[in-house]
Amino acid sequence: MKCKKCGEKASVNMRQHKLALCKEHYLEWVPEQTERFIKKYEMFTRDEKILVAVSGGKDSLALWDILHRLGYQADGLYLGLGIDGGIGYSHESQRLAQKFADERGLKLHVVDIEKEYGQPIPVLSEISHRGHGKPCAVCGLVKRHEMNRIARDLGYAVLATGHNLDDEAAVLFGNTLNWSSEYLLRQGPVLPSSDGLARKVKPLCRFYEREMTAYALARGIEYIYEECPYADGSQSIYYKELLNQLETTRPGAKLTFYLRFLEARKRGDLFIEQNIEHAHLHACPKCGQPTSTDDYCSFCRMIEKVNAVSAK
Amino acid sequence: MPVKLILRNKEYEVKPGMMLLDALKKIGVVPESVIATRNGEMILEDEILKDGDVIKLVAVISGGMW
Repeated sequence: MKCKKCGEKASVNMRQHKLALCKEHYLEWVPEQTERFIKKYEMFTRDEKILVAVSGGKDSLALWDILHRLGYQADGLYLGLGIDGGIGYSHESQRLAQKFADERGLKLHVVDIEKEYGQPIPVLSEISHRGHGKPCAVCGLVKRHEMNRIARDLGYAVLATGHNLDDEAAVLFGNTLNWSSEYLLRQGPVLPSSDGLARKVKPLCRFYEREMTAYALARGIEYIYEECPYADGSQSIYYKELLNQLETTRPGAKLTFYLRFLEARKRGDLFIEQNIEHAHLHACPKCGQPTSTDDYCSFCRMIEKVNAVSAK
Repeated sequence: MPVKLILRNKEYEVKPGMMLLDALKKIGVVPESVIATRNGEMILEDEILKDGDVIKLVAVISGGMW
């Protein structure tokens, strides 16, 4: 297969775009497309400070690399989750995130959850009895809370995550299976800022996961290849595998699924749009972040519970 | 010599002369879920695998989400 731009041997083939590119032209194409998405969805401008949530994985490091190449003011945030799983998972992912930052002279904020809240994620999960024996629910809750807190405290205009199209399609698939209208109405490339919530953006939301892997490989980005020890058997991986089987026989199926959803959502075709974003939200009396519960937010209730159990 | 395909800790062998896409199907790997590399360079599904090739398959799916 030949590169569409120069006719040399292609390294990446994107069947959904009917586009094959050599390594050199692929590395030009990805930032060009990212810039296009940033502008199309009005994510941020070059005057704004961006905080990139960096996990040490391929997507978040690729995102940081692309934003840096495009000249955006992007700093990184790494959350130390305290997950070992016999492979030193958190330790290794932090090392790789720090190495990436150091090699490029970029600023990486590091927040250690155990230092902040007394326990690592698996123990927080165990004590709080959330998540049916797996720490993923607590991990997601803590990450969302902390990313927002740090972005707000340090004055970043926007929080960028490395969600790719496969992540988005898997979430969409799950929410569609359950007809979770509230979640469907919230999903998109940009979650606007509101009282207490930083703007969240997903500049890679139109790239396949495969394309981000290709980008990381082509750029020589060293990322954590091992899966999170708790991700084995996860629903999101299962949905991604199903969607990839579909994609193999129907190139472009994942892209169409996601883009048609965004279009329908924008037109208001999905459901009768209600003001869900702001419905019943008020500031948590403890941390000040928005919550739909009457008292403390989920995060603060979880920490309260952990502290109460730990004090016994 | 057979062609060796390596995915994480698993090794598979196929006959040389086969197209990569057919080799992936033969070993039961969904092509969309991997990127194939040979000597560190990415190769595409239409590549004909040669005697003694060692193909590293990089899994693209990750479950961790921000």
